[in-house]
Amino acid sequence: MKCLVTGGNVKVLGKAVHSLSRIGEELYLEPLEDGLSLRTVNSSRSAYACFLFAPLFFQQYQPAAPGQEAPRCKILMKSFLAAFRSLAMVEKSVEKCCISLNGRSSRLVVQLHCRYGVRKTHNLSFQDCESLQAIFDPALCSHVLRAPARVLGEAVLPFPPALAEVTLGIGCGRRVILRSYQEEEADSSVRAMVTEMSIGEEDFQQLQAQEGAAITFCLKEFRGLLSFAESANLSLSIHFDAPGRPAIFAVKDSLLDGHFVLATMSESDLHSPEPHRLVPPLQAHSSTPHLDDFANDDIDSYMIAMETTVDSEGSRAGPSIPLSPGLRPPCSPGPDSEDNDAEPSTEPGTPPPKKFRSLFFGSILSPAHSPPGPSPVLAEDSEGEG
Amino acid sequence: ENFFSEFQMEGVSAENNAIYLELTSENLSRALKTAQNARALKVKLTNKHFPCLTVSIELLSVSSSSRIVTHDIPVKVIPRKLWKDLQEPTVPDSDVSIYLPVLKTMKSIVEKMRNLSNHLIIEANLSGDLNLKIETELVCVTTHFKDLGNPPLASEDASQDRDPEQMAEVRIDIRKLLQFLAGQQVNPTRAVCNIVSNKLVHFDLLHEDVSLQYFIPA
Repeated sequence: MKCLVTGGNVKVLGKAVHSLSRIGEELYLEPLEDGLSLRTVNSSRSAYACFLFAPLFFQQYQPAAPGQEAPRCKILMKSFLAAFRSLAMVEKSVEKCCISLNGRSSRLVVQLHCRYGVRKTHNLSFQDCESLQAIFDPALCSHVLRAPARVLGEAVLPFPPALAEVTLGIGCGRRVILRSYQEEEADSSVRAMVTEMSIGEEDFQQLQAQEGAAITFCLKEFRGLLSFAESANLSLSIHFDAPGRPAIFAVKDSLLDGHFVLATMSESDLHSPEPHRLVPPLQAHSSTPHLDDFANDDIDSYMIAMETTVDSEGSRAGPSIPLSPGLRPPCSPGPDSEDNDAEPSTEPGTPPPKKFRSLFFGSILSPAHSPPGPSPVLAEDSEGEG
Repeated sequence: ENFFSEFQMEGVSAENNAIYLELTSENLSRALKTAQNARALKVKLTNKHFPCLTVSIELLSVSSSSRIVTHDIPVKVIPRKLWKDLQEPTVPDSDVSIYLPVLKTMKSIVEKMRNLSNHLIIEANLSGDLNLKIETELVCVTTHFKDLGNPPLASEDASQDRDPEQMAEVRIDIRKLLQFLAGQQVNPTRAVCNIVSNKLVHFDLLHEDVSLQYFIPA
């Protein structure tokens, strides 16, 4: 694999990596035919982010050496970010950036060609991994908002940087309202300030939502994409549905597109003392979504289960959980608990019960194993870019 | 009241026509920061499950529609029996009263002095001289301001008895002085420093319609 980025695009790439670093600790890098994809997911699986850079974004784009499969790497976010740590420096002195991986090497090489003949080479260790794919389809969301990033940037300005959650909704007169979300404090003596920002419909390029529609999501995670969109001067669109269903934040231009998919609080969360970002799981044997936390899940185990082809060797992956490729262990029939209890304990050595607790990582197994009726939100082609 | 285009207030009762509120200043400061480019600002006392000071700001906007930011700052209404604790302190008449130099200059000097000592001596006389002094084991630094002018003193007797060259001084915590100076963004219309020898310094600032007073004890 070899990708060469030049000029101003290096900074764009760096900015994207910074955005992704706000979400997850690991970066999934995969060169596809459509372009280079950089993805990440947060530890509680409540936020997923991905950028896809089209081949034209690069001066040179070679996803795989001829005759070889394109690599799929999982890199420590901090390591990758180190190459783009100082965006000011990147903008000023980096002329070219080359990301490459040759078949034999066990290192992903990020080489920055800077001014005055200086070359900075980062040799990053990585793990082979399966594709991190989230299944979502903005078109299926009933509400859409779209505005220049600048408008949204100004909209979040009054909120303190430390604020975790914010509620976005449509108010009277079709005004878009952003309000700081505070958990109900048991200790009533310490109350927090509530800030609300109201923007008129005219500031939006698209507003397709009814009055009263509202979602609550993590502002900190959203700021990651917002800062990218502001620096690239793009419009940001927000697709959302009922509370509890994930919201999709997207930016797009001719050379790249970015998606941040964030969990939103469901109705019951909004009244519970401890807001947990829960998303309805896709259950193989049951169509009723259960609220679950998946703090104990290990993403690699999901990755193994989600082979795209049944006969894939899976030999590239080095998972800690031994699992024959293409097979999915039987779902444990026990019902999920409705509240935030600990996961049912698993015996050591066996993979965790394969209830798909994550909204994003729907089953893309061969049809025999897939759930009877895919839930509407997840009914995207498995080829769809996650 | 002239400062506001609209002012409505009803206190506890006709004799005690005041309301005392306690709030976290950081909240108010943050709320007002968003008002930097405001077309209008309204402050109301509201009750949204608990008493709040609602600051409602209409922002300048490029587009035709306005943008409104609302901050609900939780406040505590102070019961009347505690009001006496919050009254302006009665101060003895000052020994010297002098106009202050440009606050920005004073601030940068005090900032530098802060690195050397925790206490600073302000001394002034009725001839328009003001000195800022610090004294440590290793070093003494004094900044002299001359020809500052003195406002007319309230009592004629005092001014006649006192030798105009004689300095009245007070030693104060330099951090408190810096806090006061750091908060001043705009040069006031009038800035007076009143010194009660060895007891207190009182800064009396007047900005158009707003008066600000600061008392720092020795």
